[in-house]
Amino acid sequence: MVNPDSPPDGGQVGGGWLPRRKGFGAERAFSTVTLLAGAMVLVIIVAITVFLIAKAIPALRANDANFITETEWFPNQSPPTFGIAALAWGTLVSSVIALVVAVPIALGIALYLSHYAYERIATAFGFLIDLLAAVPSVVFGLWGFTVFIEPVRTFSVWLNKYFGWLPFFGGDGPFGRSFMLGGLVLAIMVLPIITALSREVFMQTPTANEEAALSLGATRWEMIRTAVLPYGRPGVVAAVMLGLGRALGETIALALTLGFINEVTLNIIENGGNSIAANIANGFGEADDIGRGALIASGLVLFAITLVVNMAARAVIYRRRDFKESAA
Amino acid sequence: MTAPAQAPAGQNRALRGRRTPVLVLVGIAVVAFGVSAALCYGAGIGGWVLTIVIGLILYLVGVFVAVGRVEGRRAARNRVWGTLIQLAFVLALLPLVSVIWTLISKGTERFDLNFFTTSMNNIGARDPEGGAVHAIIGTLEQVGIAALITIPLGVLAAIYIVEYGRGRFTFTIRFFVDVMTGIPSIIAGLFVLSFWVLIVSPWYNNGQPAFSGFAAALALSVLMLPTIVRSTEEMLRLVPAPLREGSYALGVPKWKTILKVVVPTALPGIVTGIMLAIARAAGETAPVLLVAGGSAALNINPFNNNQTSLSLFVFQQASDASRFSPARAWTAALTLVALVLILTIAAKLVAGRNRIRR
Amino acid sequence: MAKRVEASGVTAYYGAFKAIDDINLIVDPKTVTAIIGPSGCGKSTFLRSINRLHEVLPGARVEGKLTIDDENIYEKDVDVTAVRRMIGMVFQRPNPFPTMSIFDNVVAGLKLNGMRRKSMLQEAAEKALRSANLWDEVKDRLNKPGAGLSGGQQQRLCIARTIAVEPQVVLMDEPCSALDPISTLAIEDLMFKLKDRFTIIIVTHNMQQAARVSDRTAFFSIERTGDPGRLIEYDSTQKIFNSPSQKKTEDYITGRFG
Repeated sequence: MVNPDSPPDGGQVGGGWLPRRKGFGAERAFSTVTLLAGAMVLVIIVAITVFLIAKAIPALRANDANFITETEWFPNQSPPTFGIAALAWGTLVSSVIALVVAVPIALGIALYLSHYAYERIATAFGFLIDLLAAVPSVVFGLWGFTVFIEPVRTFSVWLNKYFGWLPFFGGDGPFGRSFMLGGLVLAIMVLPIITALSREVFMQTPTANEEAALSLGATRWEMIRTAVLPYGRPGVVAAVMLGLGRALGETIALALTLGFINEVTLNIIENGGNSIAANIANGFGEADDIGRGALIASGLVLFAITLVVNMAARAVIYRRRDFKESAA
Repeated sequence: MTAPAQAPAGQNRALRGRRTPVLVLVGIAVVAFGVSAALCYGAGIGGWVLTIVIGLILYLVGVFVAVGRVEGRRAARNRVWGTLIQLAFVLALLPLVSVIWTLISKGTERFDLNFFTTSMNNIGARDPEGGAVHAIIGTLEQVGIAALITIPLGVLAAIYIVEYGRGRFTFTIRFFVDVMTGIPSIIAGLFVLSFWVLIVSPWYNNGQPAFSGFAAALALSVLMLPTIVRSTEEMLRLVPAPLREGSYALGVPKWKTILKVVVPTALPGIVTGIMLAIARAAGETAPVLLVAGGSAALNINPFNNNQTSLSLFVFQQASDASRFSPARAWTAALTLVALVLILTIAAKLVAGRNRIRR
Repeated sequence: MAKRVEASGVTAYYGAFKAIDDINLIVDPKTVTAIIGPSGCGKSTFLRSINRLHEVLPGARVEGKLTIDDENIYEKDVDVTAVRRMIGMVFQRPNPFPTMSIFDNVVAGLKLNGMRRKSMLQEAAEKALRSANLWDEVKDRLNKPGAGLSGGQQQRLCIARTIAVEPQVVLMDEPCSALDPISTLAIEDLMFKLKDRFTIIIVTHNMQQAARVSDRTAFFSIERTGDPGRLIEYDSTQKIFNSPSQKKTEDYITGRFG
């Protein structure tokens, strides 16, 4: 960080032709302004965290039930009884469904674009995937519960008929707004992120390794299995985690596609399902002080979870970047 | 000496692979789908979707066996995996095409002048008219104010981090900015609700908490700020050191170097980052839902009284029971998507002019 | 085991650009043949057309006939991967698979070919590593990552990987250009040893190396930039370096050109 304005040893050459540094000039003004901006960003962030925690505590104190294990959400009752068990479960289930569906497909697309498709098609679809990532979640939610709900319902009915003996697909219906619907819509939403990142990683496989595999007589799939996938594994893990982070924090799409029943259940096709974020969107209107505090508390839990996931993903990416640079 | 996995005498023959004739593959496909259809419709266990799924599975099995016979196991595995990968691609296209198709077919229904010039004021459940002008104005104002707040703040903070910062303080800022990029949007909304709407706004609103467009702008700022700081920081770091040093060597002071050399060089990348942040903010629903109040009438004052935004409008119409609401919801969705896509594509075009390659 | 390689009228293109034109030469089994010439004259392109790696690039193709023991590998119904299994290649920069251990690197080709038995794999790995003069240095750390070795060791590891599958022909594309002189000598010694079992074709821009290791030498060159590379002269190494018949060869050897 070279500062060209400070004289080498603070001295002044006798005689006076060497200009002296101004006491308070444009340089100092500018650097102070930027410092203030940086400080302000920090202050804002810390203030938000502190404030939210302060708001959550009274509600947690007033809670009559165990915040972690209680499934009901009645903070406006007296005494208030609320807990995030069902909500956290719902957040988890919908994200897991999303990943289970999205990850194999995303990897397939990423491999197709990086190693199978003609260059023009690959660039065009890469571009399309990026655009898809920009589509707002409310649009997916709208599509989910007007257009997609029917096929999913048919699918759920079929699952229930032939696989109803499994706890996931049991029950008697109705099968409408459910974890299945919400999870699948979420899958479509995280697909672009995972695809875009994985594709970048696959394209960075060193050509030398790919050629080494080919020259050993490997088929295209064997080459991918030997050179591309092992090399890309950390990057793919990071991509999946970032996708998970997005799925966990998603509010609106789930608010339109889940059924809003708070229970911890394995059944994913019956009407029901709730998540922490969707619950906040749904309940903030009628909430009083305690109610809002309770929602904030649940939000902080969600924030903590997404934080851990995002940091882990970033750690993986940074470690890979160092490794790559030192190996180059 | 271990023999390699080739017939020693027929080594020359091992070179000659036979290609499975295309007709055989077509034949397998026909048989596979035929059997599947017979199974599904005959036994009544499913419709055309199940036919396709089972047909595909049978086809893959058939291909594996056939290619395995003709070209060898490794080639068979290669062929099957290649097909599966291409299938993933096709599978992902289906919902994408469906969304686009629905957007266009249902969204153009109300794509008329009335929609873009009226609000939902005095529109009852049985009225087919009504539009989103108040929502569009709302989005423009809210995102505009958020941009006005976050762009100078974010860019200056990024300049500080890259050009002046060192030590613990800078590290802390970067850490917390990193933390904030992951904040779920609804939490930002909750914060502004609890802080601005419920505590601050009663001061200027006669003791009553007030929803406003400005509150939504604040929430959007919380979301945009870390993204802008991060992307600007990255772009500034990409400016090569020799460029700065050349300017210093000419006797140009640091602040001038930053403003006249560094920032202009990184500008395309910075602008891209800002435009992507704006595009994302325009699409956010959750924070606006919590703090803007969602009005039905046009309100061009963001500081006073409820407002709505385009994304919130879609959500409200989607949850509304009137049978004219779905059409409005879809037209608003189409408008929103068009807006976001234009911004995103413009951002990518600007990025294409970036003179620095990563 | 080693085979005879014969090129007839081999011409290679990158899209519309002709990189080499009408190459004709015969390489006898169990010999080392060096291909020398100035940069950009198509030496590597020719080498890659022997194991059909050239055509992997989009738009690249090869015309002409290339036979391994009288089998034309460019005929229509030939299985490309089978060809590549028969011909091994060592690249300019050592490229061990970074996520695999030393042992896994050496047996990578064998595993792909279906060899599963641990005992067989270990036997083959030891044999290949001994042949590559690397066994003593790595026998105690076969499970360590392949990328942790020095440059010269990595290149010998790649050679071990290549010969583990017992190819008929071994191609080397400037195998020592990224290595220090000591490692270079080690690999040149290795070539003498391997000559007994394989046919070796090596591209090198180091003339002294060509003179040291090869039995026959082929000199490629181009007229002007943009022209395709051509085979100017192909003869025993002695003759090429002491009394070349073509003037162009002599100009290159004596340093007047290239």
